[in-house]
Amino acid sequence: MYYIDPHIHMVSRVTDDYERIARMGCVAVSEPAFWAGFDRGSVDGFRDYFKQLTEFEPKRAGWSGIQHYTWLCINAKEAENVDLSREVIKMIPEFINNPGVLGIGEIGLNKNTKNESIIFQEHVQLAMELDELILIHTPHLQDKLKGTRMIIDMLMSDRRVRPERVLIDHVEEHTVGLAKEEGFWCAMTLYPITKCTPSRAADIIEAYGDDRIMVNSAGDWGPSNPIAVPDFIQELRKRGHLESKIKKIVYDNPLEFFRQCKRFEFTPPDTLANEVSVASSIPK
Amino acid sequence: MITAVQTAPEVFDQTFLLIRAKILEIAASLDRMDRAKEVDAVRSDPRFAQILQGLDVLLSNSDHRAAQIQEIFSDQYDPTWMKKYLTTGERPELSPSVPH
Repeated sequence: MYYIDPHIHMVSRVTDDYERIARMGCVAVSEPAFWAGFDRGSVDGFRDYFKQLTEFEPKRAGWSGIQHYTWLCINAKEAENVDLSREVIKMIPEFINNPGVLGIGEIGLNKNTKNESIIFQEHVQLAMELDELILIHTPHLQDKLKGTRMIIDMLMSDRRVRPERVLIDHVEEHTVGLAKEEGFWCAMTLYPITKCTPSRAADIIEAYGDDRIMVNSAGDWGPSNPIAVPDFIQELRKRGHLESKIKKIVYDNPLEFFRQCKRFEFTPPDTLANEVSVASSIPK
Repeated sequence: MITAVQTAPEVFDQTFLLIRAKILEIAASLDRMDRAKEVDAVRSDPRFAQILQGLDVLLSNSDHRAAQIQEIFSDQYDPTWMKKYLTTGERPELSPSVPH
């Protein structure tokens, strides 16, 4: 089955992983800007990162026939540095109209602090001014429920925000209802130990339905599994769910959300071989 | 909601050994702590109380046990947080419009 991984940090993965996910049926990925494992020291560090996301990663994905999209922001973990965060936010418009950029993300909260909240609102302000989609990171573990409520409070207090243009990520059993009830899109991250397992994600689909929801691997530099979405597909198959239902979650839903971006261009896989010469793009 | 395709006995057959293994893992972890020094420090740790609350939820017949356990392990939400964080004199001013 063809699928899209709507949240995977491929800058942290080797080229072999692009090849692996392609063999499992992945035809497109979207890669939010995130924390590198250390706090970057300057706006130029982010400028280089945004160049990597918008120029090199699409090329590297293309070697395996995968279409690459991205999101731009400064991650919540680095938002405690308000001055640097504001420099980065001012720099985002330099890159926002590059092909493959889907919007602002993954913005959100990490430890639910005041500075994180302020920088979150300033990212939302930018997204509203530029009429961009928003991808939201929600905190992990004990911070998640409180942080998700705080994020929804901020979004709902801004009348310009249209929930159908916002994706709230990393939802779990106790937060999926909050996101869906307010009309937001949401996503479940399949990640060992600290997030959701394929079987729990399947349970959530059975409990909350398959509208406005998707799944991702978040594959990053931590202990993560870049082929987690196929694991989820297999879980639903083992339970006897229809292929059409599964395809809606792992392929149709991401496309429906992404198509709201004015720059979004997607070549369906059945026509991809005619459009892209994979072999010719691999460096010698 | 999507109707579950499998019957409850089918789900039970598929998950019985998995559940058994996870219960054993919890039991062995608790035994390991009991055998170790300073076990009283663990019993007074607020996180241990959360574990016991979670186990109580497992034994209940209520719905949405997973969500209930998630809430046990969650920080308290203060509905007045925005007033404290974003409308007091302490916060930095929001940036002016971003040029584009």
